[in-house]
Amino acid sequence: MKFGVVQFPGSCDDEDALHACARVGDAELLWHGERDLRGVDVVVVPGGFSYGDYLRVGAIARFSPLMEAVIEFAEGGGPTLGICNGFQVLCEAGLLPGALLPNAGVRFLCRQVDCEVVNTDTPFTRGLKREEILSMPVKHTTGRYYAPAEELAVMEQHGQVVLRYAGANPNGSSNDIAGVSNRDGNVFGLMPHLEHAVDPIHHSEDGLKLLVSAAGMVTGV
Amino acid sequence: MSEIALTPTPNPPGVEQAVALGLTRDEYALVTEKMGREPNEVELAMFSLLWSEHCSYKHSKKLLRTLPTVGPRVVMGPGENAGAVDIGDGWTIAFKVESHNHPSAVEPFQGAATGVGGILRDIFAIGARPIAVLDSLRFGEPDSERTRYLLDRAVAGIGHYGNSVGVANIGGEVYFEAPYETNCLVNAMALGLARRDDMIRSAAAGLGNVVILFGASTGRDGIGGASVLASAELGDEDESKRPTVQVGDPFAENKLIRCSLELLEKGLLVSLQDLGAAGLTSSASEMASAGAVGIDLDVGKVPLREADMAPFEIMVSESQERMLCVATPERVAEVLAVCAKWEVHGTAIGEVTDTRTMRILRDGEIVGEVPVEALVDDCPLYDLAPEKPSAPLYPAPRATIAADLPVRDTLLALLASPNVASRRPLFEQYDCLVGGRTARRPEESDAAVLAMPTGGAIGVSIDGSGRRVAIDPYHGTIEVVLECAANLACVGAEPLGLTNCLNFGNPEKPHIAWQLTESIRGLGDACRALGVPVVGGNVSLYNEGADGPIYPTPVIGMVGDIPDPLGGSPSGFVREGDAVGFAGWNTMPSLHGSELAKLRGEALPDALPETDVAHVTTVLAAIREAVRAGDLSSCHDVAEGGWLVAMAEACILGGLGADLGSESSVALTDEILFGEQPGGFIVSGSAETLARLGEKIPLDVFGTVGGDALVLGGDSWSLDELREAHGALAPLFP
Repeated sequence: MKFGVVQFPGSCDDEDALHACARVGDAELLWHGERDLRGVDVVVVPGGFSYGDYLRVGAIARFSPLMEAVIEFAEGGGPTLGICNGFQVLCEAGLLPGALLPNAGVRFLCRQVDCEVVNTDTPFTRGLKREEILSMPVKHTTGRYYAPAEELAVMEQHGQVVLRYAGANPNGSSNDIAGVSNRDGNVFGLMPHLEHAVDPIHHSEDGLKLLVSAAGMVTGV
Repeated sequence: MSEIALTPTPNPPGVEQAVALGLTRDEYALVTEKMGREPNEVELAMFSLLWSEHCSYKHSKKLLRTLPTVGPRVVMGPGENAGAVDIGDGWTIAFKVESHNHPSAVEPFQGAATGVGGILRDIFAIGARPIAVLDSLRFGEPDSERTRYLLDRAVAGIGHYGNSVGVANIGGEVYFEAPYETNCLVNAMALGLARRDDMIRSAAAGLGNVVILFGASTGRDGIGGASVLASAELGDEDESKRPTVQVGDPFAENKLIRCSLELLEKGLLVSLQDLGAAGLTSSASEMASAGAVGIDLDVGKVPLREADMAPFEIMVSESQERMLCVATPERVAEVLAVCAKWEVHGTAIGEVTDTRTMRILRDGEIVGEVPVEALVDDCPLYDLAPEKPSAPLYPAPRATIAADLPVRDTLLALLASPNVASRRPLFEQYDCLVGGRTARRPEESDAAVLAMPTGGAIGVSIDGSGRRVAIDPYHGTIEVVLECAANLACVGAEPLGLTNCLNFGNPEKPHIAWQLTESIRGLGDACRALGVPVVGGNVSLYNEGADGPIYPTPVIGMVGDIPDPLGGSPSGFVREGDAVGFAGWNTMPSLHGSELAKLRGEALPDALPETDVAHVTTVLAAIREAVRAGDLSSCHDVAEGGWLVAMAEACILGGLGADLGSESSVALTDEILFGEQPGGFIVSGSAETLARLGEKIPLDVFGTVGGDALVLGGDSWSLDELREAHGALAPLFP
């Protein structure tokens, strides 16, 4: 199976995401100016500051030529993962509900956090257990998940809240939300950087579990 | 570049204009002599920058030449954009520290941000992929509103640039002392990783080769930054200098890095150089000087932000995020295609000539013509007139605690002192992880650890001192180097090389000249004792405000080799039941120049106790070997605040208490508990392994890790109250 990692100008964690994916399957970078997803099985939109993010975060990236292909892929049921800036881009593209707002503390925050797995019925969490705790770092200025109360209620009802911060909520997200999916579960966005929790030097390899889940779904394991 | 017509220089701007631009009258006379005529506006602008202290090192070069710069692991030494050391298997680490003090004092956010951007360009200019930054900061006391503003904005600027450009900020240091109130210090260090064979130098070569500018377009920002801002004292009219501060764009830098690395990977370049201080002028002429060639530049081809810029403005603009490269004519199309992919405005603006002259053209007309040698090599170098001050240069610090405070309260006061308190509120604003190499994060170990493609790792530390160097520039500077090496020892790193940034006042004043001379003498002696070469650095002079000079502040960045990326010891206690030991000291420390003396408001003494450098070197080697052997559960170096503060930090960072016994055989004097000197470590581990270390170096085992309190003599501190005191900086970042 093959992961495709989107590369925008201003992406920062693109190569880290690529290396993380390459521990689990084949992986290649997908350039923002192209429209071809090269037959990848899972699309990863990585972290960083796409196009500088001088406008609202993710607002420009979602108009890139490649994103047209990604939107089509995701709407067709393809497993699509957005990490941090990628999560913001997927929200801007309308593939995920809600939006990411500036942190409650307003400043950039880099910190290892614990997340609780809430829903295991997505391609990315199918190999995990409910209430399992994953240790991964967050690093962002704009990570406070927000959706209107009625929409949050609907999301909770449909199991679209996939990950919740366990313990302290680092950014003031509604309902302690760290990651959400679309109604079908195939599009998943999270603020924690799973690609920085894949090696013994990272003090946690929990991020790999999410990628292994997605790969397993593709290969039927 | 044919069809050129030499225009004579009517109306030379003259000596008064030269003085206004920072040259002396004698220097102007020398310029005229070298030129054979008076310089025109463009030429004078070029000389004023390249002959500024910032570019020419004219007051420090003779002293810097005394430093040891060679060693078996040195790949690039001083003179290139950055130094580099060999880490094995064909890999090298490039690194350098540089100041951005005056811009940060005038506009802290952009000043600090562009400091990071500038040092990164030095790294990828030699073909290394930037992998980490560290920073060293100095401000006035945080009870001043101005200090809080500078601190908040400088930290935000460093974070903004580093986080957005995608390079991990893995460590740093910050201290607060009154003499930095007007003239704060912002030093940034960067590291890069390169295959030794892929590195590139800046020397232009190849007659007829094409000079290509790429990156951001050129505007009026930063004009005169090197001469007006960086090479003069700060004064009351600094607001008016704001236009000399550049504005950074980390997104542009991210693209510039990736574009440069792709150009190098494809083998398209002959040479590469960044545009830093003095912009196109210094970049192009240094390339020409290094290659013993000439360069013709057509400023009419430079992409501009404002169409009506004069040639001299284009030549001296310090607009950020620009690079200059040389390529053979047949490669130009490919170079420009890579530039187009990354949207960085690649433009051929000149060519390499055999004239040994920098010729500046605009639309076919020569607007400036200067011999390269005169510009780059002929700036006069000055001898300093050092004189040890007979009276103290600095007032005593303001007392914040009583001299007879009990030990219990003294420890809490020290932990809450701005110079000791946890830096977490600062470093959590920086991405320390991007790149995936960070094996030891801030506050995890005494030095940062980055995993390397060799399978090993490097340890990195940046350290500086101000107050102790002000007391005794020679011994104070030795202590800084030893402190840096001590941090590396805690993660099992053997030093490979160091870079330095020497932040001092006005060297034309005899007392500052004495500080600088003594400090560099100490730096050289410490490097020789440790066997660590200086591979690069930067000098920042004229750091003075209306209320006098800063504390002399040499900042040292050191890189060391570690066999195992998972091997370094953490700073904090790890395991209940471990024995706690204190290793290293063979003499009693003194309170002279200590953090406690500062809190008590004691005047600076006129000397520090002499350091037994040979002994400390032995201790560092033994600690390093013990860490590498996995003998130590934790290892933390004793620094500001002394022994008891380091012990409390080991408790806080590990989340474990320590029982040091309620009975003590020695009198627990303030000197023992809070005195400072190099070469002391708090270690923990099994009793047997500590005993083994004790056979090599002085070591006292006197307690056990465990519980939720630090217990010593009749005193006890709960972990919670230690944490609360140590968290004293948090309110500065609400």
